[in-house]
Amino acid sequence: MSSQAIELRTFSKSDLKGFFVSFATPILGVLIFLMLWSFLAPKVVTSLGAVPGPKQVYSQFEALLVEHKDERQKQVAFYERQETRNAKKLAKDPEATIKVRQYAGNPTFFDQIITSVVTVMAGFLLASLIAIPIGIVAGLSKTVYAALNPLVQIFKPVSPLAWLPIVTMIVSATYVTSDDAWFDKSFLNSAITVLLCCLWPTIISTAVGVTNVSKDLQNVSHVLRLSWWTHVRKIVLPSAIPMIFTGLRLSLGIAWMVLIAAEMLSQNPGLGKFVWDEFQNGSSNSLGRIMVAVVVIGLIGFLLDRIMLYLQKKVSWDKSVALR
Amino acid sequence: MEKVHLELTGVNMDFPTPSGSFRALENVNLKIKKGEFVSIIGHSGCGKSTVLNIIAGLYQATAGGVVLNGKEVTVPGPERAMVFQNHSLLPWLTAYENVELAVKTIFKGTKSKAEMREWIEHNMQLVHMEHALHKRPDEISGGMKQRVGIARALAMEPEVLLLDEPFGALDALTRAHLQDSVMEIQADLGNTMMMVTHDVDEAVLLSDRIVMMTNGPSATVGEILDVNIPFPRERIATSESKQYNHCRHEVLRFLYERHGKKAEELTEDETIDETAVNSSLDDSEENPVVDFKESQQIKKKVA
Ligand SMILES: Nc1ncnc2c1ncn2[C@@H]1O[C@H](COP(=O)(O)OP(=O)(O)OP(=O)(O)O)[C@@H](O)[C@H]1O
Ligand SMILES: [Mg+2]
Repeated sequence: MSSQAIELRTFSKSDLKGFFVSFATPILGVLIFLMLWSFLAPKVVTSLGAVPGPKQVYSQFEALLVEHKDERQKQVAFYERQETRNAKKLAKDPEATIKVRQYAGNPTFFDQIITSVVTVMAGFLLASLIAIPIGIVAGLSKTVYAALNPLVQIFKPVSPLAWLPIVTMIVSATYVTSDDAWFDKSFLNSAITVLLCCLWPTIISTAVGVTNVSKDLQNVSHVLRLSWWTHVRKIVLPSAIPMIFTGLRLSLGIAWMVLIAAEMLSQNPGLGKFVWDEFQNGSSNSLGRIMVAVVVIGLIGFLLDRIMLYLQKKVSWDKSVALR
Repeated sequence: MEKVHLELTGVNMDFPTPSGSFRALENVNLKIKKGEFVSIIGHSGCGKSTVLNIIAGLYQATAGGVVLNGKEVTVPGPERAMVFQNHSLLPWLTAYENVELAVKTIFKGTKSKAEMREWIEHNMQLVHMEHALHKRPDEISGGMKQRVGIARALAMEPEVLLLDEPFGALDALTRAHLQDSVMEIQADLGNTMMMVTHDVDEAVLLSDRIVMMTNGPSATVGEILDVNIPFPRERIATSESKQYNHCRHEVLRFLYERHGKKAEELTEDETIDETAVNSSLDDSEENPVVDFKESQQIKKKVA
């Protein structure tokens, strides 16, 4: 009886510890940060007034939410008006030509978020589709690796922002937009810049993962005389999955950072443009709104990484391994 | 003598190393009959795995070559299946799928889907693994993994089964079970088998002949011992027989006393001192005294 009680107590003790480590400590960390922020921020005075603390930033977030809702209502109203106008016209004269115009309001903060996320995913997915096969071939063939290595090593350290002017020029020279084009030029510019910075880490990690397939498994493949394709599918890919995902996560992290900078630099729609516009605006609310953007950018970056982690867990054969 | 099935002639193996080429094997000659069970024994690092890898076609001999059924062996092939020391199962596939990978590659176009399934299950039964078909390698014990590895090799219907220290990492009891399984399978199927081992008892119990290799570098075949014990061999009864202990003694003598030297390197005063041998056996107390006369009669085949 008494031993059971002791067991119970020790169990709940370790349980409590687990709770502290997994919930209480992170929350404590955030609280301390918020306290320091709200204490220190008012002490720094800029030309736009004091640096906003957490409270002001949160109220700016609410303001942005209100702006977004207003804008949506305007949009809905616009389309309703257009519809009734057209319906009236048609009622008078069934032959009448009616005009359907797009609502051309300002993109809100939340529209910009969606633009940025879509752009980064497009660039990242396309880059992955190119980089993973290249990495696999480079990992399998010493010749291909030797041919690719200098290119990768030289292009990898180039800041993707240096590509931006070149990409912009090439896109405007080769991509002729019409009104019903699939993509905007600005979207292509941003997405291709993202693509260029996503290629290298994925290529390198994939190639490393493929070259490190265990000698034993390679021998198995030789003894079984597996075809090249079966060898890749059954032996190379599963072995290289962890390294491929390491590269993908690295790429996506860089891509998200690069995209924001590219949007600021080239005034392409997205979160970067929002930040830049607010900075140029210079109203008393600007700093607060920029800080909202900073927090949101961070949260989205974190979320994107979690999604990759989740995908890695889904496709990884080794469910027991702890992924971070 | 029966027709030679598998023959190694004048095999040299040089590995390129940073400090120049390293000769692991020199002039290895071996003739193996169909259905024979041959063990290769020798000190660690002498080149046993290298011999097996050359037969498998994973390594290319620098000089000399391997001939199987009159054809030279240069690349790996399904007629020479290999059981690896550390099972080498694909960890992302179940036991069944691991065997299936081999079966699908080899019998593509000759066996129907149903026939393949039957064949996989049949081979899993041979190694007594039919109860864990759909478990992954990390869900089964070391001995079970090794069984699946053997099933995978057997499912290729090989003419020669190469086993590289297949039971090295297993406890004594599991190892005994697997040895029995291998003996059963060989009695059933009559494959030619070549097994690398460190275990003297294992070599004597399973083999028709034991190939003893000299120490490297430039290792070669030192002696070949015929094990004239009739099959089927029952573990306990066999271990008490004179012949068994004699063979065991011969192998130990080669390994520990001659230190794996080539016969011609032995000088007069190094010839066998039986009392010294007996005291050097770690478990000599348990063993009946070796029949010395018989030990003199053993024919030595020096390569
Ligand atoms: N790929 C290689 N490159 C260079 N040297 C090698 C290579 N493979 C084996 N060797 C060398 O050849 C010798 C024989 O190696 P091998 O693996 O055949 O020994 P072994 O008898 O199987 O040893 P063990 O009993 O420990 O498995 C060793 O000295 C080893 O260092
Ligand atoms: Mg070895």
